[in-house]
Amino acid sequence: MKHHISVLINEQKHELLCNSAETLLDMLRNQLRLTGSKEGCASGDCGACSVLLDKRLVCACLVLAAETDGKQVETIEGMAGADKLHPLQQKFLEHAALQCGICTPGILIAAKALLARNPNPTATEVRYWLAGNLCRCTGYDKIIQAVLEAAAEMASVQEQA
Amino acid sequence: MNRKQTYQWVGSRPIRPDGIDKVTGKAEFAADFSLPGMLHGVILRSPVAHARILRIDTALATALPGVKAIITAADMPVIPEQDAVVNQQPPDFRELSDNLMARDKVLYEGHAVAAVAATSRELALQAAQLIQVEYEVLPHVIDVRLAMEPDAPLLNEQLITKGIDPAPEYPSNIASRHEQVLGDVTAGFAEAEIILEREFTTQPVHQGYIEPHACTARINVDGEAQIWCSSQGHYMVRAYCARLLRMDISRIRVTPLEIGGGFGGKTTVYLEPIALLLAAKTGKPVTMKMSRQEVFTSTGPASGSYIAMKIGARKDGSIIAAEAILCYQAGAYPGSPVKLGCMTAFAPYRIPNVRMIGYDVLVNRPKSAAYRAPGAPMAAFAAESLIDLLAQELQLDPVALRLLNAAEEGTQAPYGPRFKQIGYRQTLEAALQHPHYSAPLAANQGRGIASGFWFNIGGQSSAAIHLNEDGTAILVTGNPDIGGSRASMAIMAAEVLGMDYRDISPVIADTSSGAYSDLTGGSRVTFAVGLAVITAAEDVIQQLKARAALLWDVPETQISWESGSFHTELQGKPQRMSIADIAAKSAQTGGPVSGKATINAQGAGPGFGTHLCDVEVDPETGQVKILRYTAIQDVGKAIHPAYVEGQLQGGAAQGIGWALNEEYLYDESGKLLNPGFLDYRMPVASDLPAIDTVLVEVPNPAHPFGVRGVGEVPIIAPLAAVANAVARATGVRLTDLPLSPPRILAAIEAAKRSG
Repeated sequence: MKHHISVLINEQKHELLCNSAETLLDMLRNQLRLTGSKEGCASGDCGACSVLLDKRLVCACLVLAAETDGKQVETIEGMAGADKLHPLQQKFLEHAALQCGICTPGILIAAKALLARNPNPTATEVRYWLAGNLCRCTGYDKIIQAVLEAAAEMASVQEQA
Repeated sequence: MNRKQTYQWVGSRPIRPDGIDKVTGKAEFAADFSLPGMLHGVILRSPVAHARILRIDTALATALPGVKAIITAADMPVIPEQDAVVNQQPPDFRELSDNLMARDKVLYEGHAVAAVAATSRELALQAAQLIQVEYEVLPHVIDVRLAMEPDAPLLNEQLITKGIDPAPEYPSNIASRHEQVLGDVTAGFAEAEIILEREFTTQPVHQGYIEPHACTARINVDGEAQIWCSSQGHYMVRAYCARLLRMDISRIRVTPLEIGGGFGGKTTVYLEPIALLLAAKTGKPVTMKMSRQEVFTSTGPASGSYIAMKIGARKDGSIIAAEAILCYQAGAYPGSPVKLGCMTAFAPYRIPNVRMIGYDVLVNRPKSAAYRAPGAPMAAFAAESLIDLLAQELQLDPVALRLLNAAEEGTQAPYGPRFKQIGYRQTLEAALQHPHYSAPLAANQGRGIASGFWFNIGGQSSAAIHLNEDGTAILVTGNPDIGGSRASMAIMAAEVLGMDYRDISPVIADTSSGAYSDLTGGSRVTFAVGLAVITAAEDVIQQLKARAALLWDVPETQISWESGSFHTELQGKPQRMSIADIAAKSAQTGGPVSGKATINAQGAGPGFGTHLCDVEVDPETGQVKILRYTAIQDVGKAIHPAYVEGQLQGGAAQGIGWALNEEYLYDESGKLLNPGFLDYRMPVASDLPAIDTVLVEVPNPAHPFGVRGVGEVPIIAPLAAVANAVARATGVRLTDLPLSPPRILAAIEAAKRSG
């Protein structure tokens, strides 16, 4: 059976048909070719498919596409502005917070969700928030630094505004 | 080229050229690639650890609408014995073929027995379940010591141990025996005033890359084939597919996609030849990807080990003899890195008498694969634990004990050669000076120190630099970028050419667009491919000088190269031309300028590291918390220090996982119980503290900038660094990894009862 859904993805409305068993991750990757969300485990353990569903951090592999009807989804492809990276993206580059880069989209989305809830996290808070995102390359150190610096920069921009 | 003290780009931290693609989701990894009309391939895998395949019936699966092809081992070409091995180098392609598709027997749970191509992945998975395989289940063996027993179930009934003279009369699971001798250990131990001896075990661990294996293949009716995949070397993929499928190398073009981690685990093929076969059979492109469960049951891991080791020393701490037997799990086919364990365990030390014996042992587990410094971490765990124990017994500072015995320039390594310029001692001195080493420790806390050695390699490498008409450049190499190597290649080219780093665009060419290069592995890329890049850049400068001579109409000998431009004097007036000036006039001087280098790089400088680890052990639960961690390493010269630090931090994190959490759990029937990230517990961010790094720079004389490989050394020391810290925190020395809470608690309880 096919389900007709209407979903806002990265601020763009999509009308889609999906199978009952189709996950949000498969819909993003296979139907829309938004392949920035990665499948590392398909069981919600690695966080490489992290996306925001109505601003809530979820693993897209654990959400059915049909469940997103009428909702908003934000993926890594919607994170940067047209002419400017998000501060998290910029700090990840400046700090070499990625090596192979496969976990990076998921970690950036998860970090963005953290900063929306807690704009001024401690290093420990960042470590616990990102505990659902596996990275095998970096040992996490530079990721934590990049998130903390992005938070500081976003806070100072906020203050100036 | 003279080694300068100051550089414009080398040692700086620019943003990597592929960075924006990787933080915006645009970078195309293996599973992100697709072709119109492609089919989906899946593999049916053995549910049992050891069995004879009696019958495979594909009728029901074939009848399913949408199923386009099914293959079994009968579709795999038979490889004649004389073609099994090339240049006496692994792999044995007959064994590899058998591993990709089991012929007569399945040798581990997850061993491939058939593959299906269908119009959707769901359909292909459904069809695979309809394939009926009749197995005669055989007794299996998982443990390395049990596998060595004379009555153990045999994986290969024809296997006669290599390396024993005379050859054994009967087959066994021992694929080979390796012996390495320096000096006279019997005499050494006779002279020793203290002898320490322990047995150690380590569990197999998976490389744990987050990107599962995936590929897409297509083949035309004329036999021209294309593969898109991620790997640690697309020339390897091309060669292996050609050997396995009896095709010409020239008929296969492999395009490297971004690789989501490898750590050695992607230095072989699993899916690519199968996808090609399915594509050939259907005439359509076929895409395949592994599930995480398949990654765990059917790829990797690093060998598990049993090691019995003994060291002898004088009372002043000088180690005079060392001896060990190392038994490594090869998995289902021969080829564990036990020889490398024998070679590396005592390499940091000046020990006159060393005898190492290694056994490569078959067990009913997936064929082991390379994992970062293959073979070294488990051997170093044993050696560095014993050295720590020696320090405790002699009441010596563990760093001072290592300094007393440290290998230096001229020391003969236990495996034969004498070291040239090395920086082991400097890493120990840096450890003593680091604030970590004097930080206070509270109750239930302990500090562990351990060191590690890795050879690093050079090898065949290529690079080309094409100048654009505006004076910018395209830098073409043939090595997948796993951790930022595009940046280090561009930095080295910019330094030699005197160009802006941002004006150099690194490209990783496919197998039909660039010259051959060996794998991205062995910590070789920054050293060896870097040498090719430097040589190609020097070639560009030579060519430009000739062009400048034409434009100025002066002999080349009157032209100098300085600060990124050419200089001469015309009628007593100084003249200057930049690369851009000459590039703009290339039509007048003979056409586009393009430099290249194809080399077999020699002289990779060995790497040494010393790690400091503080832990707190909860005496109630046995839980270990890492409080502080510092990784110190001689890196020769850090081209992009941030990515070098990242190598040290990432290797340390993997080693901590190996020490504390990671292991494969099997049930009695040989089925893997934890083939997923929830139960195979790799370190997460909240498990780890900040990992400090110290980059010691003792230049490698064989590289213009002094580069040594850095990627593998950092995973060697952590196993013992953590275990030594736990030993000092608890007063109990554990010799079996992982140091899981129940194991630690049991050891603490046992010590209480006996003490």
